[in-house]
Amino acid sequence: MNLILHIWRQASPSVPGAMVRYEARDISPDMSFLEMLDVLNERLMERGDAPIAFDHDCREGICGSCSLMIDGLAHGPHRGTATCQLHMRSFRDGAEIRIEPWRARAFPVVKDLVVDRGALDRIIAAGGFISAPTGGAQDANTILVPKPDVDTAMDAAQCIGCGACVAACPNGSASLFTASKLTHLGLLPQGQPERYARALTMVRRMDLESFGHCTLHGECQEACPKEISIDTITRMNRDFLRAGLTAGRAAVAESD
Amino acid sequence: MNRLQVLWQSTVGKKAVMAVTGLVLVAYLISHVLANLLVFDGPERVNRYAALLHGTGGALWSARLVLLVAVILHVVAAVQLTLRSRAARPSSYVAGREPQASTLASRTIRWGGALILVFLVYHILHFTTGGAHPEFIELNPYHNVATGFRNPLVAGFYAIAMIAVGLHLYHGVWSSGRSLGVSRPSPRPLHRRLALALAAFVWLGFTAIVVAGYLGVFGRAG
Ligand code: FES
Repeated sequence: MNLILHIWRQASPSVPGAMVRYEARDISPDMSFLEMLDVLNERLMERGDAPIAFDHDCREGICGSCSLMIDGLAHGPHRGTATCQLHMRSFRDGAEIRIEPWRARAFPVVKDLVVDRGALDRIIAAGGFISAPTGGAQDANTILVPKPDVDTAMDAAQCIGCGACVAACPNGSASLFTASKLTHLGLLPQGQPERYARALTMVRRMDLESFGHCTLHGECQEACPKEISIDTITRMNRDFLRAGLTAGRAAVAESD
Repeated sequence: MNRLQVLWQSTVGKKAVMAVTGLVLVAYLISHVLANLLVFDGPERVNRYAALLHGTGGALWSARLVLLVAVILHVVAAVQLTLRSRAARPSSYVAGREPQASTLASRTIRWGGALILVFLVYHILHFTTGGAHPEFIELNPYHNVATGFRNPLVAGFYAIAMIAVGLHLYHGVWSSGRSLGVSRPSPRPLHRRLALALAAFVWLGFTAIVVAGYLGVFGRAG
């Protein structure tokens, strides 16, 4: 198949970028979207042009590296998949495809389609962990967890931190990301001791990183390659408000 | 930091303030539409109801104060959060962003809210103080409604504002439960039957009065 691509090119964070038109001929419909870009890059290099920079690693939807806004949709038109799992058969022959990086103040463009998603790492560093004494691992069955809690926690734990929720959100909010981590850890017994302090510190970090707020458009859950539900956001709000109102000065002080 | 500061300075806390103040205003709107529907019963009952409210004196003014504070907090939080949201995406997508799940109601929540605020000022001048009503008679709501909507411009503005109110409630009532963290998890989290019913009821109730007033259903007798 033959395609016309409009791709965001930006040499560095400090210079302005623009959409550049490319023609991609003889593309196999069985290629993944990233393989199609690989082919384009090889051809660009053959003619001595700089290849298009884009993030990728696992190419099987588990690492969260790939991050493309394709025709205005985070990770493209296929629901519940990351860009690396999108195949060219999802497009028709002759299609014009527009490819842009995630856009948010918190995600500065590094080069072309690559953005710096360090802000998400800093939200995790603010509280997205549990503290446990080291030592011999316990037997897996000594801590029992109700099945519905396991299911909800594991659904939330599927988050790969790609940032599609931020990219698709009209407010540039990282609520779904933060809420996924809070849901994952807040539902499991190991996450209980730090549950409310965690809600305070992670939400505060999210705000400090200049992400927007949540107005519940629901765009994030549609864009999420792991189809994480906005129910997690309800849970984040509940834990944060409870922490702020009732968890006592200790949790508030601890989060300062 | 004290707790209220923690809440007010966070986006989640501000949304909670918007949710609580919004729900206070929705509760008032429901009582407002129910009371107003009395106009269909003729002048006597609705005028008696107005007299009753004004007879309470202090209670009426306390209620007004609560509503005023709710409106102010709701608007201040909305403006601050909107500015934040704009700042969070300084450069927009060249090819646009394709909405997948947002509704007309969620996308118009800000401008709709601004329209409602303008309407609110006019509405108070029109029916409460009477300054914007050419034939205003104090404590005679039946007469004021009967005459107030004969002007097509006035009726039209009210009708448009009521559409904005309906849309605002459709998104706001549903999302406030989530902002407060009290909604139950749902396999289809975007569905909102309660909010739809409430929004439709409030919109229909008020719009019926506007349309009937415009058509001259209410006699001038009152
Ligand atoms: S490259 Fe790892 S998720 Fe797409």
